[in-house]
Amino acid sequence: MLILIVIILGASFILYALLGGADFGAGIVESFAGKREEITISRAIAPVWEANHVWLILAVVILFTGFPLVYASLSWVLHIPLMMVLLGIIMRGTAFTFRHYDVHQGRLHKYYSFLFRISSFITPVFLGMILGAMILGRISLGRSQGFYDLFIAPWLNWFCLTMGVFTACLFAYLASVFLVGETNIERERIKYAKFSKLSMIATMILGLVVFIIAEAEGHSLTGRFLHSTPSIIMLIIAALLCPMIWHFLNKEKNKTIYLRLGTGIQVAAIILGWFYIQFPVLIEVKNSAELTFYNTQAPAATLEQLFIALIIGLLLVIPGFVVLFRIFKIKKE
Amino acid sequence: MTDLVAARLQMAISLGFHIVFACIGMTMPALMAFSEWRWLKTGKQVYLDITKAWSKGVAIFFAVGAVSGTVLSFELGLLWPEFMKYAGAVIGMPFSWEGTAFFVEAIALGIFLYGWNRLNKWMHWLSGVLVMASGILSGIFVVSANAWMNSPAGFDWVNGHAINIDPVKAMFNDAWLSEAIHMTLAAFVSTAFAVAGVHAFLLLKNRSKLFHQQAVKTALIFGSVAALLQPVSGDFSAKDVAKRQPAKLAALEALYKTSKPADLVIGGLPNDKEQRVNYAIHIPKGLSFLAKGDPDAEVQGLDKIPKQDRPPVIITHIAFQLMVMIGFFLAFVSLLYLLFSIKWRHVLMKKWWLGLVAFATPLGFLAVEAGWTVTETGRQPWIIYGIMRTRDAVSSMPGLRYSFLVVTIVYLFLSVIIFWLMRRQINTIHEFYPTAKSE
Ligand code: HDD
Ligand code: HEM
Ligand code: HEM
Repeated sequence: MLILIVIILGASFILYALLGGADFGAGIVESFAGKREEITISRAIAPVWEANHVWLILAVVILFTGFPLVYASLSWVLHIPLMMVLLGIIMRGTAFTFRHYDVHQGRLHKYYSFLFRISSFITPVFLGMILGAMILGRISLGRSQGFYDLFIAPWLNWFCLTMGVFTACLFAYLASVFLVGETNIERERIKYAKFSKLSMIATMILGLVVFIIAEAEGHSLTGRFLHSTPSIIMLIIAALLCPMIWHFLNKEKNKTIYLRLGTGIQVAAIILGWFYIQFPVLIEVKNSAELTFYNTQAPAATLEQLFIALIIGLLLVIPGFVVLFRIFKIKKE
Repeated sequence: MTDLVAARLQMAISLGFHIVFACIGMTMPALMAFSEWRWLKTGKQVYLDITKAWSKGVAIFFAVGAVSGTVLSFELGLLWPEFMKYAGAVIGMPFSWEGTAFFVEAIALGIFLYGWNRLNKWMHWLSGVLVMASGILSGIFVVSANAWMNSPAGFDWVNGHAINIDPVKAMFNDAWLSEAIHMTLAAFVSTAFAVAGVHAFLLLKNRSKLFHQQAVKTALIFGSVAALLQPVSGDFSAKDVAKRQPAKLAALEALYKTSKPADLVIGGLPNDKEQRVNYAIHIPKGLSFLAKGDPDAEVQGLDKIPKQDRPPVIITHIAFQLMVMIGFFLAFVSLLYLLFSIKWRHVLMKKWWLGLVAFATPLGFLAVEAGWTVTETGRQPWIIYGIMRTRDAVSSMPGLRYSFLVVTIVYLFLSVIIFWLMRRQINTIHEFYPTAKSE
């Protein structure tokens, strides 16, 4: 039971990273693009952003139902970065909607766009910082420390910052590859392909930097990575897909499906590799036992009900998503 | 301001903001599906125009509802980690089901809003019905979580830990039914009267008769039925409260002393120091009858409750009076509406009638906010009634008042923008829909 719930939690997290991540990334790409791209981007994300977003809510609900201690501890220690994530989510969702639905495309348009773009950076960066803080091991759950040690130091450091920038860059990469298939205009397509390549290189470099900084901060990420065979396999898969994607990006007739599938697998592989380094630990705690899936799980009766709700939910939701994406993403071609 | 007060206010503001969009999200799909169904049946353009005009506004409300709901699911932990540590496992079940309902809703909504030209007409209509069903279900699920806080069930509390957890019992606690019925009706009352009010206002300004007339009619059909049922369901809720939370009942009725029989106190200003209510109307034996169904029954007052367990009386009593007053006023308007539409149809276009409906625009939402203030403030000082105190649940992070400040400013700012955007949308209806052109 526990393992199945962990799998669903992991899956919803990955799906949020893929679908929600591409949404955030689109906002980042828009910051570097022009007016014409803005229209394509709006059209591409308007029908699906709300549904994409629900994966985050699902992950949160699984966390606080199945692993309440983890949810409570995270939201206590990481209050500040979580508030930043929330602010980003509020600003982004509302600015995008106002921009898309306002009947007059007047002078407010540029303020909406500004908020939309800024917040597309804020949320991924702080999400990455939170993930970083969970594994860095500077979180302490005792109450004796001062404010800075308890509530700031765990996440405000070079390692978490790099994790944040890495996450934003990964999302931008995901979005640019996705957008290549969203336009019929050749000039625009070439632009997205160029963005894709740039962000692919940047993501790889930043990934390396994450490992280097971890060593510099005294966290043996590399050592643990080398001890986890699944993580190494995942990283190899992600790396091997790069040349294929590069190849298709250069083609004039891009194979949209291959491109999207390829990047999707890459991102999923990176997250899974990460997960295997950690498993079963959810939060590394300073000077005491870490919080794992095992020592924080809810009682069996709760997990059972959660599982039933999730299975019935997925049986309803997966066909729903297939219909939604078929209507909006496939019929057009 | 202490951190506890800041956290309570932040929770109240976030929930008070979200509930407006939640009510709209539960009701508008029903109104739109109804209007679209009339179009499919009669083929009259006006019904299609109304559905489309509404769906433009609804898209904005839905997005804000989704965003503010996401904020809430984090805030439960950000503000009340000690509560969620224990409550998460017990009330996770309604939240898990709610998650499922949201998913269905978000997907169906995407299809409904953007699928006009890509789907068979009846399939499109069906997606609207699905949005409605999942919206109402998700509302019922969350309210059941709130009902659990008022009437904890499904676990044993031993040495500050919850054991023997039974999530099914927790979800179907003693309060869930009365709260679910009352809240679902409230969503319909508030949204339908708001919609009717706006269109009545436009009719007064003499913008296109047919369009707004039909819009008022559709909204009032739903609103009047719900508003007539609301006092009945409110009575059911009050009897329920009398049984499970005597302290809350005493506070909302401002009953300081245990009485047998007890008067019903209408209006007035409670005075905590002198333990009496000034300027109120008393109806002898009224409360005994309403709360217990027996005019001579004893009703427990606040004097029977230890000082440290008493909820604040003034806020609870005034909020309750406001809700009930609005409830009876809207029920009266609904009665008039049904009467007029059966016998005296010409009255429905009279200036005074349209004025009355326009006046009612904000009242339903006011009652919703007041009703939640009653439920939530009346539960104090407990976060889980009789089990855990609010002050023991609050986050120990210092400086919560800053996040309260930020959230308040953001929500105020958003409210202003949304209000302004809606005004602009409404003012341009006649440019886009042929049936809404002025005559
Ligand atoms: C349009 C909104 C509306 C209207 C017209 C009314 N109510 Fe209400 N009331 C609510 C909207 C509401 C609410 C916001 O939906 C609450 C808060 C929690 C709940 O379950 O419903 C509520 C709570 C609530 C409670 C507390 C329930 C609890 O704590 O569990 C009582 C006793 C009543 N109501 C009674 C009434 C009566 C006697 C009314 C007479 C007309 C009435 N309400 C009209
Ligand atoms: C009585 C109180 C509540 C009711 C009736 C209610 C109902 C609803 C409804 C109908 C929606 C659908 C979206 C929309 O209409 O815009 C919604 C959205 C949402 N609500 Fe609430 N809600 C309530 C309180 C809460 C609370 C306390 C939480 C958090 C724990 C919450 C979490 C959410 C979330 C996460 C969403 C977004 C789902 C989406 O993306 O569609 N709600 N709520
Ligand atoms: C959307 C409708 C709701 C509204 C408008 C509302 C309103 C309020 C208000 C006014 C308070 C502050 C009470 C006080 O401190 O005096 C409050 C507190 C709170 N509410 Fe609700 N509430 C709603 C639904 C819910 C639901 C569905 C939950 C379920 C989880 C919930 C959980 C809480 C919590 C945890 C607190 C803080 C602790 C406390 O003050 O007891 N509320 N709410």
